[in-house]
Amino acid sequence: MDASEQATGKNVSLLSQVFHDSGEKIQNCFQCQKCAAGCPLNFAMDILPNQVFRHIQYGHRDKVLNSKAIWLCASCHTCSTRCPNSIDIAKVMDTLRAIAHREHAASGDKSISMFHKFFLVLTKYTGRTWEPGFALYELQSGGLGGFMAWGMKAFLKGRLGLKFGLIPMPGFKGDKKFRDLFTEVNKGGAR
Amino acid sequence: MKDFSYFPGCSLHGTSREFDESVRGVLGALGVNLHELEDWTCCGATSAHALDEKLAVEMPARNLAIAEKAGRDLLVPCASCYSRFKGAEYAVKEHGEKVSFPYKGEVAIKFVTDYLCDKPVVAEVKKQIKKKLTGLKAVCYYGCLPVRPPKLTGIKDYENPMHMDNLLKALGAEPLQWSYKTDCCGASLMFTRLDVFKKLIGKILMKAKETGADCMVACCSMCQMNMDTRQQDAEKDLGKAIGLPVLYYTELMGIAMGHPDVETWLKRHFVDPRPMLRSKGLL
Repeated sequence: MDASEQATGKNVSLLSQVFHDSGEKIQNCFQCQKCAAGCPLNFAMDILPNQVFRHIQYGHRDKVLNSKAIWLCASCHTCSTRCPNSIDIAKVMDTLRAIAHREHAASGDKSISMFHKFFLVLTKYTGRTWEPGFALYELQSGGLGGFMAWGMKAFLKGRLGLKFGLIPMPGFKGDKKFRDLFTEVNKGGAR
Repeated sequence: MKDFSYFPGCSLHGTSREFDESVRGVLGALGVNLHELEDWTCCGATSAHALDEKLAVEMPARNLAIAEKAGRDLLVPCASCYSRFKGAEYAVKEHGEKVSFPYKGEVAIKFVTDYLCDKPVVAEVKKQIKKKLTGLKAVCYYGCLPVRPPKLTGIKDYENPMHMDNLLKALGAEPLQWSYKTDCCGASLMFTRLDVFKKLIGKILMKAKETGADCMVACCSMCQMNMDTRQQDAEKDLGKAIGLPVLYYTELMGIAMGHPDVETWLKRHFVDPRPMLRSKGLL
């Protein structure tokens, strides 16, 4: 087993796996809680960013990978800029989501994890984000009305033009090399 | 004429058309010639870096390779695309990450806001002012990615940025100081956790209103879209009316510089800013 195999195998501690994937030293966290205090999503999280770090240190894989917190993180980078130990916390959140996605962990918030996958599957074929396509996400996730009503108003206001808004793939010729980028990410999926 | 490559990004070709149009309008008036990248694709946005860190570098790298081949500096108006591009540049240049496209990290990537708030450009803008924005009280809302993370954006005063405030001052407006300049609007949760998202925008919009602003001024297409088009959701959640127009700084530049298309941009807003601007004699 080489180093990369070791770090991606489940028999390796979450701590070393996160360090391998993100390059960030989780051990440096001394629980000052600045990240949690400044986090705009702290009110909605099940465990706070500093607690995520403590659980990684203790190797509580399921607690971390099944948490809502990693999906609720909005990547605003407030934590990363304020961390006195210069840990790129937002990057670690990315790494944790990617691990949860790859390992098909039980998603702490399915609506968010499924949306990201939906977004990438759609973009693989359209090349550019095709906003009306999000109505399909709403349909398959069981919601009706909210986004579509919003989209209709946006269209009537002229925010969503015919040329770019309603017809996907304007300009993008589409190539296999682009679509191949998505091979790995399409295999994964937090449950 | 100054020539730049231009990456509008998906939002500016979709639900943020007025940002694209006002950016092109203002830059055109300043003698900047934009060349949209050929065959560009999505930067990966939030979703790529949420699920696959490799994909999050490859998607921008494809566009940056096209830009590098074009040989001009690249202007990016969308904060999300800009952040992903700078992230890919950092990964390739600082960490030597290998990508599948011929991108070496050589093309200069500039955020349109930073370009337009640069002192020599502001001096040029001042020369072209036809109507000073006198009496317009505004709060500048920078959001996250236009300033953070500073290792990518190069912004020094990321906790209390002033560059957009200074631009507004140059246009004759009165920028008000408030404490939510760089708070997150929760754009990445807009489609999935409306309950959480509404709380975030409601808090920021109410604070802007309390500060006494006639309008909020944004430099990120996600921020503007959320604060403007989702304001009605926040109002329902809070049980009170807000009615705060949210403008792009480029739209205000267009008004001050007398751009002929201003009305076309403004009529696309959900919270119509025109009555407020008319009452100030600015339209």
